[in-house]
Amino acid sequence: MIIQHLKLSQINGSLAVIDGVENPSYEEMAVLHLDDGTTRTGRVVKIEGNRVTLQVFEGTRGIAMDNVKTSLLGEGMKLSLSPEILGRVFDGLGRPADSLGEVFPTVRRDVNGSPINPVSREYPRNFIQTGISSIDALATLIRGQKLPIFSGSGMKHNELAVQIVRQSTLADSEDFAIVFAAMGVKNDVAQYFRSSFTAANVMNRVVMFLNLANDPIIERIMTPKCALTAAEYLAFDLGKHVLVVMTDMTSYAEAVREYSSSRGEIPSRKGFPGYLYSDLAALYERAGMIKGKKGSVTQIPILTMPNDDITHPVPDLTGYITEGQIVLSRGLDSAGVYPPVGVLESLSRLMKDGIGEGYTREDHQPLANQLLATYAKVQDAKALASVIGEDELSPSDKLLLDFGKKFESKFINQDFYENRTITQTLDLGWELLSMLPRSELDRVDDAILDKYYKN
Amino acid sequence: MHENRIYGINGPVVTVKGRTSLEMMEMVYVGESRLVGEVIGITDEATTIQVYEETGGLRPGEPVFSTGSPMCVTLGPGLLTNIFDGIERPLRDIEAVSGPFIGRGIDVPAVSKDKKWNVTVKVSAGDTVSPGYIFAECPETAAITHKAMVPAGISGTVTKCASDGEYTVEDTIAEVTDEKGKVHPLTLMQRWPIRNPRPVAKRIPSDKPLITGQRIIDTVFPVAKGGAAAIPGGFGTGKTMTQHQLAKWCDADIIIYVGCGERGNEMTQVLTEFSEIVDPKSGNPLLDRTVLIANTSNMPVAAREASIYTGITLAEYYRDMGYHTALMADSTSRWAEALREISGRLEEMPADEGFPAYLPSRLSEFYERSGYFENLNGSEGSVTLIGAVSPQGSDFSEPVTQNTKRFTRCFWALDKSLAYARHYPAINWNNSYSEYLGDLADWYRDNVDKNFIKYREELCALLAEESNLMEIVKLIGSDVLPDDQKLIIEIARVIRVGFLQQNAFHKDDTFVPIEKQFKMMEIILYFYHRCQEVIVRQIPISKLTATGIFDKLVKMKYNIPNDSPEMFDRLKKEIDDGVNAILH
Repeated sequence: MIIQHLKLSQINGSLAVIDGVENPSYEEMAVLHLDDGTTRTGRVVKIEGNRVTLQVFEGTRGIAMDNVKTSLLGEGMKLSLSPEILGRVFDGLGRPADSLGEVFPTVRRDVNGSPINPVSREYPRNFIQTGISSIDALATLIRGQKLPIFSGSGMKHNELAVQIVRQSTLADSEDFAIVFAAMGVKNDVAQYFRSSFTAANVMNRVVMFLNLANDPIIERIMTPKCALTAAEYLAFDLGKHVLVVMTDMTSYAEAVREYSSSRGEIPSRKGFPGYLYSDLAALYERAGMIKGKKGSVTQIPILTMPNDDITHPVPDLTGYITEGQIVLSRGLDSAGVYPPVGVLESLSRLMKDGIGEGYTREDHQPLANQLLATYAKVQDAKALASVIGEDELSPSDKLLLDFGKKFESKFINQDFYENRTITQTLDLGWELLSMLPRSELDRVDDAILDKYYKN
Repeated sequence: MHENRIYGINGPVVTVKGRTSLEMMEMVYVGESRLVGEVIGITDEATTIQVYEETGGLRPGEPVFSTGSPMCVTLGPGLLTNIFDGIERPLRDIEAVSGPFIGRGIDVPAVSKDKKWNVTVKVSAGDTVSPGYIFAECPETAAITHKAMVPAGISGTVTKCASDGEYTVEDTIAEVTDEKGKVHPLTLMQRWPIRNPRPVAKRIPSDKPLITGQRIIDTVFPVAKGGAAAIPGGFGTGKTMTQHQLAKWCDADIIIYVGCGERGNEMTQVLTEFSEIVDPKSGNPLLDRTVLIANTSNMPVAAREASIYTGITLAEYYRDMGYHTALMADSTSRWAEALREISGRLEEMPADEGFPAYLPSRLSEFYERSGYFENLNGSEGSVTLIGAVSPQGSDFSEPVTQNTKRFTRCFWALDKSLAYARHYPAINWNNSYSEYLGDLADWYRDNVDKNFIKYREELCALLAEESNLMEIVKLIGSDVLPDDQKLIIEIARVIRVGFLQQNAFHKDDTFVPIEKQFKMMEIILYFYHRCQEVIVRQIPISKLTATGIFDKLVKMKYNIPNDSPEMFDRLKKEIDDGVNAILH
């Protein structure tokens, strides 16, 4: 029997307090029935004896002390899962948002998940070819990795994510799936992803969780948890290779901040709660592979850096958790380079073990090191040129500038529909490096230079 | 006495109402599912407990079980090669119980109670023993002999002892009768509260470096055995990579690697890599001398706070056996953030950036547990601490970096712009330092070469000179510099690319013996002095660059194998021939 509690004792922001609750359990779910016939969902976030604090996902607008009846459901938030979720659209709390009705669950899973035991993890080593030179060569994506895209408003992060999804999964035939979680993005963006998935003919392999910009903010806190629970189910129960695209993590973190401040918690940097690191980690760490299981969860979270500031807490903490980052550069973007990947700031931590002989090609790592080291020198030459003028540069600096321009226009820049193989990408890299005298290439040993340097 | 029952629950913090008999810092089991917790606050109204596991599903009214002792770890054979969570539960055994995802309330012993060890008993009846006395030994791994010591608080006469043979950690090896006639059984296993340093006879000043095979560390910014070093750096600058290199190659006997709030895949990597790589000194897998402690960023935050103490207690235990141990903590910032998070839940008054006011004292307590000691049993051992720091927004002025700086004497500052240019290890030579240099000078003079320190200073002076010159070059380009300054820029490039930069993936360059480091440094400086002879005669520097020797020096780290020092003589001859040809 479910007891209904007739009154609330306090309402504050998204929190509602009920007194006199018998035997509540921490983090259990609750339903609030309003007198107007609507219902809202809540979760127990604090217990003091018989006094229970509920977090109301849809917000407390319109709730009064005595127009609501609350029942506690006796269990934490669970998501209904079955193979049928592929091709479906859900709201931010995992409720069907298309007109196809409820999911008949084969299992129900706690959305918080459990940490993967490091002993049971399989260290990710399989290279995913995205067909994008700047990523494949310099910040390689590995199956089971979490590799975020750091972007800014107005840059082409959505296009880049779509291109990655399209080019990296199509080659893979049967056993892949895409989980898409939208947190606080505009309707247009969600629509863009939906139409792109349809155009790529993969919509029947996509599960969408949408909490758009005009949806309840507290609900947003649960959206990535639902999406990752679905991803884990698809990967580790059904053996699929799952690519999770989550956008926009900044909106998610802001929802966490809003909730935290309504609880009166002590803020740390920029008002974000001190536990933001643990909170983000609990999401990002749900990527990976497990020994003895066929599937994998690869995450591509997208976040916008407010004011393009990479030291803002959200990109900063994200960078400390994820296995690298792809940073989009405003300079390249305004120069018309697509994808505008700032290759020096970008990094893939798992790259070193997933490339080279037996994975891609033996020259991959030295080539990547050399391209980046040389491109870093190009930046110095550019800085010098802006002070003394290009004409005054030494011949070697002029050559560097020339290399830099070609590197940006030929290597980083590519068409939205251009899908380069890893061999094409690496050969292109050598073609560019061969512009420079051999003595400049100090990151590559002689054996590799003999084989690939063409001058 | 009334039973303790849960009253309030708020994240990892649980309160019990009213007066209780629980002690401060006592370990407790919370709820029916027996989650591990620790008492962190007592008033006459309520007792506050931090829980080391997820608290979802707990209900008020569930019991809290007292254990009567503070948070302890089990010490005994079987620790090495193992991987534990933050409160010393073996993750392999947890996997056997709960599968690939970590469940809650799992109670598994830290060391196997069934495994039999081949014990050699070192005492006989009638011997007088005191705490720290080694009464038995057994080979724990192929490389390391485990020495069982008399636990603290027990001294007296051995009244009974077993003969050599196969024993488990719970079997009684000997019995000690103290002055009062009380009999204490001795086993291979003992327990120790993690927040208390293990006792020693005395602290000895350390004059030996921890040799790591990394040139920028051993030659430029060395750390002493028993020292403390900090590696601060923003994300992507290579903190973890540097820690891995140190854990692999440093010449400590025992490595304790604490992954504190970091990535799960990194721990998996350490685990697989260390069981594959063979220690060049002993010929056994590196894992044989390693204990891993993994509290990844998604594991409960309170256990993250404990993991650092668990690690250092294990390090001290092996130190007591007379081993040199090194503890890598990656990252201490996550530990500090765990402190902040718990402090916030307790509604304590925050100091800098929300961190609690006791952050500096906790950091100093931790770093002061490093040192070179004479142990209670007369042996010498050391604990070297190497803590990574992850400053928020890569800003070194934040509280954790600043306070760590006060309590460590070695500071390896990682630099974003070096990392962007893929200069690894990205330790910036301009704002790193080592205060141990003076203490270690004699060792370098006696064991490597009498000129070592002199050459090192010259090397650093050249780098400092270069960074001054680069200020000018940035404004007007390098063409206008006189040739002697151009030479400094060229030779500094050789030092940066050929010496400081080190390739962790190259079979020779990943670990470089100190002798080769010296030879490399010597030959670079030799070439510099020969070049100066050319420059003073007004011969243009282009003649020197045309010889190709600069590039040869840059690549000598790859082209001269670690075991062929004679090749440096050949290189020296090439330099002489090249320079003499220009001079004549």
